[in-house]
Amino acid sequence: MPKAKTMTTGEAGLTLVFAVTAFLCMIGAAKALDAPFAFHASLSAAASLAAVFAILNRYYDRPAALPPQEINGRPNYSMGPIKFAAVASVFWGIAGFLVGLIIAAQLAWPALNFDLPWTSFGRLRPLHTSAVIFAFGGNVLIATSFYVVQKSCRARLAGDLAPWFVVLGYNFFILIAGTGYLFGVTQSKEYAEPEWYADHWLTIVWVVYLLVFLMTLVKRKEPHIFVANWFYLAFIVTIAVLHLGNNPALPVSVFGSKSYIAWGGVQDAMFQWWYGHNAVGFFLTAGFLAIMYYFIPKRAERPIYSYRLSIIHFWALIFLYIWAGPHHLHYTALPDWAQTLGMTFSIMLWMPSWGGMINGLMTLSGAWDKLRTDPVLRMLVVSVAFYGMSTFEGPLMSIKVVNSLSHYTDWTIGHVHAGALGWVGFVSFGALYCLVPWLWERKGLYSLKLVNWHFWIATVGIVLYISAMWVSGILQGLMWRAYTSLGFLEYSFIETVEAMHPFYIIRAAGGALFLIGSLIMAYNLWMTVRVGEKQVQSPVALQPAE
Amino acid sequence: MKAILTVQNITSDFVTSFWTPIFVGIFVAIVTYALWPRNKATFDEAARIPLREE
Repeated sequence: MPKAKTMTTGEAGLTLVFAVTAFLCMIGAAKALDAPFAFHASLSAAASLAAVFAILNRYYDRPAALPPQEINGRPNYSMGPIKFAAVASVFWGIAGFLVGLIIAAQLAWPALNFDLPWTSFGRLRPLHTSAVIFAFGGNVLIATSFYVVQKSCRARLAGDLAPWFVVLGYNFFILIAGTGYLFGVTQSKEYAEPEWYADHWLTIVWVVYLLVFLMTLVKRKEPHIFVANWFYLAFIVTIAVLHLGNNPALPVSVFGSKSYIAWGGVQDAMFQWWYGHNAVGFFLTAGFLAIMYYFIPKRAERPIYSYRLSIIHFWALIFLYIWAGPHHLHYTALPDWAQTLGMTFSIMLWMPSWGGMINGLMTLSGAWDKLRTDPVLRMLVVSVAFYGMSTFEGPLMSIKVVNSLSHYTDWTIGHVHAGALGWVGFVSFGALYCLVPWLWERKGLYSLKLVNWHFWIATVGIVLYISAMWVSGILQGLMWRAYTSLGFLEYSFIETVEAMHPFYIIRAAGGALFLIGSLIMAYNLWMTVRVGEKQVQSPVALQPAE
Repeated sequence: MKAILTVQNITSDFVTSFWTPIFVGIFVAIVTYALWPRNKATFDEAARIPLREE
C-alpha cells in the first residue's frame, strides 16, 4: 500500500517562512521612505507569494515519496536546478556583455549617456560588473559546482527544495541588486554595491548554498574528495567571510534603502580591498579553477597531469591570496608596511598561479591533437593560457614602481579584462558547451563549427580589447606624469581623455565581437536542446567495469 | 598603559607573534603529505575521478 502523502518539514517550514516574509514585505512597501525601497519591497512580496504557490503546487503534483537517492544502483542525480542556473548564466552573460558594450561606447561618445540618471555611466558600470561577475559567473559556478559535486561524489545533491532555493534565491538577489543600481541604490563599494537588505538576503542564500554543498560531500560514495570540490568549497566559504566582513552597515531606517558602513576612512578602504581582491582570488579564480580541474580532464579524456601539484596549488593559493589586497591602495593613506606586504604576497602568488596553469595545460599530454579537432577543448585550454597571462601581469602591476604608472589608468581595465574575458569567460563558455549536452542528454553539440566561430570571433575581440587598453593606459599614465622643463604638468586632464578616444573605439569594437561570440553560443546551445539527437542511456548491465 | 594578562591575551599574543612559523609549518606539512611516496597510488587514482562516472 502506498504511503500517505505528507508535507516534508522543509516544504511546510518554507511555505510558512515565505508567507510571513510576504506579509512583512507588504508592510515594508507601505511604510517605505523612498521609491526604490517600495519597489524592492513589493517585488520581494510578490516573489515570496510566488514561492508559496510554487512550493504548494509542487507538493500537490509530486508523488508521495520523494525522489530516490539511487535508481538501479546508480545515483539519481538532481539536474533541475543546474539546468536553471545554466540557462540563467547564458541570459545574464549576454545582458552583462551588452551593458559593457554600451558603457564602452559611452566612454567613446559621451552623448550616449542621454543625460538621464538611469542611463548614466555611473549607474550602468556597476550593472555591467555585477552582471558579468556575479550574475553570469555566479550562475556558471553554481551550475558547475552542483554538477561536479554530484558526479565526483557519486551522490545525489543534498536537500529537496534547498538547491532550488539557492538557484532561485541567488537570481532574485541579482534582480534586486541590478534594478537597485539603475535607481541609484548603492553603498558605493566596488563589487559590493548592493544595499543592506540585498546583502542580508544574499547571506541567507549563501549559507544554504554552503550547506547543500557540504551535505552532498558528507553523503558521498567516493571516499576521496576530488580536488575540484576543494576549490568550490574554498570559493563558497571565503565569499561568505568576505561578504560578512565587508558589509557591516547600519541602515538609516529599516524602511529605507540607505545605510552607512560601520567604519570610515582608510580602515574602510583596507576592508574594501581585502574584500575586492579576494573576490578576484576566490570567486573569479578558485571557483573557475574548480571548473578547470574537472572539465579539462573530462573533455580531453586524460587524468589530471599531477594530482600532487593540484593539492599544493590549492593550499598555496589559499595561504597567499588573502594577503594581496593592499596592492590596490599603493601610495594612499594605508601604512607603507601594509602596502609592501600586499605587494610581496602578490608577487609570491606567481608560483601557485603558474603551477596551476602548468597543471591544466599538461593535462593535455597525449591528447594535444584534440586541440585541432575540438574547439570546446581549445576554448578551455586558451582560457588557461589567459589565466597564466593575467596572473603574470597582475603581480607585475602590484610592484609599487609599476603601479605608480599603471594605477588609475586603463591598463588596469585591460588587465582585468584579460582575466575576465580570456580566463573566466572562456572557461565558462567551455564548461557550458560541455554541460548543456550532458544536462539535456544530447549526443553532442548542435554545431562544432559554430563553436569554432565563437572561439575566433571572441579571441579577436579580446586581443583588440586588451591591446587597446595597454596602449591607452600606458599613454594615459605617461601623460599624467609628464613635466615641462619649468616643472609644470605638461598636459591637462582633458588632453589625456582626448588622446584615449581612438583606443576607446577599438575597445568597444573588441567588446562587440565578444558579445557577438556569446550570441552565437546562445543560438548553438538553444539548438542543441531543441533539435539535438537524444543520448540513449545504456542499460545498467552493459556498463563497462570501473 | 599596562596590558592586562588574561588567557585570551596569551593565546592571541601567541598567534600574532608566531603566525608566520605556524602557517609555514602547516604548509610544509601539507606539501609533505602531497609528496609522500606512499600516497602516490591514491593520488594517481584520484586524478582519474572525472573519467570514471556512471
